[in-house]
Amino acid sequence: MDRMHFGQHSSSQFNEALESIRNHLMEMGGLVEKQVVDALESLLHADSGLAEKVMHTEEKVDQLEIQIDEECARVLALRQPAASDLRLIIAVSKAVSDLERIGDESAKIAAMALQLSEQGESPRGYVEVRHIGNHVRNMLRDTLDAFARFDADKALDVAAEDNEVDLEYRSAMRSLVTFMMEDPRAISRVLNIIWSLRALERIGDHARNIAEQVIYLVKGKDVRHISVDEMQKQVKKD
Amino acid sequence: MDTAQSLDNRDAEAGRTPATQDKDHRPAMQDTPYPEHTVGHPFLDDPKMRLRDVNVFYADNQAIHNVSLDIGKNEVIALIGPSGCGKSTFLRSLNRMNDTIDICRVNGELFLERQDLYDSKMDVVELRARVGMVFQKPNPFPKSIYDNVAYGPRLHGLADKKYDLDEMVETSLRKAGLWDEVKDRLHAPGTGLSGGQQQRLCIARTIAVSPEVVLMDEPCSALDPIATAKIEELIAELTESYTIAIVTHSMQQAARVSHRTAYFHLGRLIEVNDTDTVFTKPEHALTEAYITGRFG
Repeated sequence: MDRMHFGQHSSSQFNEALESIRNHLMEMGGLVEKQVVDALESLLHADSGLAEKVMHTEEKVDQLEIQIDEECARVLALRQPAASDLRLIIAVSKAVSDLERIGDESAKIAAMALQLSEQGESPRGYVEVRHIGNHVRNMLRDTLDAFARFDADKALDVAAEDNEVDLEYRSAMRSLVTFMMEDPRAISRVLNIIWSLRALERIGDHARNIAEQVIYLVKGKDVRHISVDEMQKQVKKD
Repeated sequence: MDTAQSLDNRDAEAGRTPATQDKDHRPAMQDTPYPEHTVGHPFLDDPKMRLRDVNVFYADNQAIHNVSLDIGKNEVIALIGPSGCGKSTFLRSLNRMNDTIDICRVNGELFLERQDLYDSKMDVVELRARVGMVFQKPNPFPKSIYDNVAYGPRLHGLADKKYDLDEMVETSLRKAGLWDEVKDRLHAPGTGLSGGQQQRLCIARTIAVSPEVVLMDEPCSALDPIATAKIEELIAELTESYTIAIVTHSMQQAARVSHRTAYFHLGRLIEVNDTDTVFTKPEHALTEAYITGRFG
């Protein structure tokens, strides 16, 4: 049904440009999602080969970021998009930079995984990494789904999830700090875990940012910097 | 590229193939009904022009259906829509330009402040001094630049002395941003100017009689981009003293110059909203379709 609407555009080249931007965004989203999954695996299983692969994917992600931004700039310059087309371009170009940062954070996790695989495993913190990691992975998957389907309700769910991740992150910090106080010999290894958790928490924030762009795209409402309750009110209003 | 391969598979499983699900995003256009009432904010407090249930007919053909709209003081309102949607017809009914067409009938309430435009006692010449019009093609009189501008004030007896008239001509030409270009050749024929200059001369001629409202019917469609930019600049300056209603085919122009935008579709007024709203988040699906170029 979507193709039909694109087909209605008076200019078929414009249709193609918009479709290409969306396809590239989804390609980049898929790559980044894979990066997050692999980074987690490499950390949990001390798999240095996988960690290196994650860091390698970075280049491809960066290239896509540049390519999509170029495509967006071209559409803005040549087509002067308005209304939903304009919101699509704005949302994509913002989502792209969040995706790129998610890639960066994954690379950080992979770097920690490399260090840990050299130092020997950390005695604590894997449960938290697994738990928060899964949570954040799902958020990223859902936010990309929401983008592909223009689903504002799903985007709203992602934003709500981010609050939970923040809570889990704080509680994990408390228990890891307590652990370090009890066993100072483990500090350097536990710190690697803490930094990985921090990276995961940031990935959650970026997933939420993308979800906010989805809401802007679908509803035309800017829901940044407000509470989830406020967002809910704004989205349900019409 | 096993990564890409597996990604493709996963995306297909997750149903995340872009460009297949779009149902909430862009409603189907062909079935979109007209709204029962104009959506958005067609009405204002204390408007300059108050128009209610305006219908315009050409013989048996109804060109405008029940349009109700307020035009605010010192605002620029852009009337946009596909060709044949009635925006020019509507604009022309605002200073009874349609009177010149025999088969044309206008009904409804059309008020300029408290005055009924279609009152039988209304002096049309006086009305057109209060509600001036600039046309698509520059149409200077075959007279000198000076006489083009002085024509209105002379006709309406606004200037008794040569000195007053000189001043009026200069002020109008200055306001139209043309003075510096023509001050040394005021008595050269107006038709010798460039297209953009001619159009600014026509604007000077229109504002020389101090109208309250200026109607512009695609004033830039015959001009190059630089002349267009000058006219747009001029429109922004003119709002300090006048109310402006502009019909334009260029949506970018509507977006640049206007405060409010009214979208017409097949003789109906579909939506009126702040220009920002219309171009970023239009309320009605037909407006969205037109703005994004999905028909027209």
